[in-house]
Amino acid sequence: MEKYLFWVMAVTALLSGLGMVMARNAVHSALMLVVNFFALAVFYVLLGAHFLAAVQIIVYAGAIMVLFLFVIMLMGVQREEPADEPIRFQRPLALLAGGALGGLLVFVIRTSFGLARFAEQAGSSSAGNAQGIGRALFTSYLFPFEVTSILLIVAAIGVVVIGRREPESEEPAAPAPASSEPGGGP
Amino acid sequence: MDAIGWIILVAKVLIVFAFLMVAVIVTVWAERRTVAFMQQRIGPNRVGPFGILQTLADGLKLFFKEDVVPAGVDRAVYLAAPLVAVIPAFMSFAIVPWGNTFRIGRRVVEMQLADLNVGILFFLAMGSLMVYGVVLAGWSSGSTYPLFGAVRSSAQMISYEIAMGLSVVAVVLAAGTLSTRGIVDAQAGTWFGFVPHWFAISQLPAFVVFLLAGIAESNRPPFDLPEAETELVAGYHLEYSGVRFMMFFLAEYLHVITTSAIATTLFLGGWRGPIPPFARPVWPPLWFLAKVVVLVFVFVWARATLPRVRYDRLMAFGWKVLIPASLVWVMATATLVALGPVVSRATLVAGTGLAAGALALWWLARVTLARRAGIRAARPGEEVARGGR
Repeated sequence: MEKYLFWVMAVTALLSGLGMVMARNAVHSALMLVVNFFALAVFYVLLGAHFLAAVQIIVYAGAIMVLFLFVIMLMGVQREEPADEPIRFQRPLALLAGGALGGLLVFVIRTSFGLARFAEQAGSSSAGNAQGIGRALFTSYLFPFEVTSILLIVAAIGVVVIGRREPESEEPAAPAPASSEPGGGP
Repeated sequence: MDAIGWIILVAKVLIVFAFLMVAVIVTVWAERRTVAFMQQRIGPNRVGPFGILQTLADGLKLFFKEDVVPAGVDRAVYLAAPLVAVIPAFMSFAIVPWGNTFRIGRRVVEMQLADLNVGILFFLAMGSLMVYGVVLAGWSSGSTYPLFGAVRSSAQMISYEIAMGLSVVAVVLAAGTLSTRGIVDAQAGTWFGFVPHWFAISQLPAFVVFLLAGIAESNRPPFDLPEAETELVAGYHLEYSGVRFMMFFLAEYLHVITTSAIATTLFLGGWRGPIPPFARPVWPPLWFLAKVVVLVFVFVWARATLPRVRYDRLMAFGWKVLIPASLVWVMATATLVALGPVVSRATLVAGTGLAAGALALWWLARVTLARRAGIRAARPGEEVARGGR
């Protein structure tokens, strides 16, 4: 049964990813991305990493994408994007860069783990549950973790500083986008 | 899993589904009767005894009404939005333990659909998906007031989700587990033989924050800004009719019931209660139901007695009061849990919880009194201004 679920979700993930890139409407694009996150969460569940699946939905589908939708609706981005290239050779360059990134990912995963062990690592009880992830984050990955959180704080403060107006103008009480990411996630 | 295991699972799913549907029907009726009583009206009393079948009649009416799809809507999203609202509301009940285990022959049956090891996070995940129903409905309607409702709702729900998540974090720290069954087990036992070990007592601030955020998350009065009828006509579901409107209605009441059930699990000891020696498996679900009914009544009570909050006040309250307060409380709980091995943990947590609760109540009373005094002081000036016009 897990095998069938995997294939159904793999097709869903690929189609929603394509749909996200292809969609003309910004809101449709965002929704496709949410579907993609959901498929990813199901993959985590299939690997036994329930904690990652829950966090995936809470942080990405629940918080970040809702903020995206909020901004899209507030700005009223409804018009279709022009089809011509703002930068010369943008498409071939994008293809090249995307292909390179994909190749790099596959290479790193294959050489450092091997695909089978990668799946095992993601789902094993030491890495998949809350205790395992907490231990990994606060021991072996403490430095990258703290650097990421500093980066997020700097970004949040930067947004506040750049976005701040003179005190005369009354601001409507809307949340600052960057400060609403719950901890930024690992 | 063998055949009997599957049968038991399907039976449990059906029981939960049927319970939720009946609970929604009864809750809608009970709310209308309670609000009517509080406003010295009679309320629905024609269909069935005490009007208890009124909701059923309304539901049938909505079901057979024409399902109008206005021109100019984003069709696919418009049609999907009510489903997106309803499905997470049903799913989040899956992790609620509504009773202890019992045996059928050699088989131990848990009265819970799924005891996930990340249980309570599943509830938060489903809660965060609930936003989409409202937001998509408002956006896809292609009309101004629903869009306002959707924008309000997305800001409001994200803000209050953080406070709700933090209050859950405090409980998880105190219980030492994410599993809902484990959290209920952590509330076993009593102080002095009669005060139960409920987190509603030792985690009183978290309980208050959770209830407030729960009301805000389910878009219920006094936090029903996304559908404020005096400002936005009907907000996000303005363009909906018939069975799709009914789904939004269903989702709202499901959310009330699920939030009450989760609050019962987290703070009121879940299904725990004194169990008489006869008919033992029956009592835990009854205790659970009784506690859920009390919390649902709190929701109705708030709706009947409190005026709607102004929008900027709502956001200011969420970001400047609830989130800092729950952050401080999470830090305090974490400190206490870390001190746990040194001092007797239960005593410590209980003592501090009571102290903090008393402090919070005193502060709330002070603020309320100050505001009353402020209003009283401001009123003569207002009247002068009005008289001069």
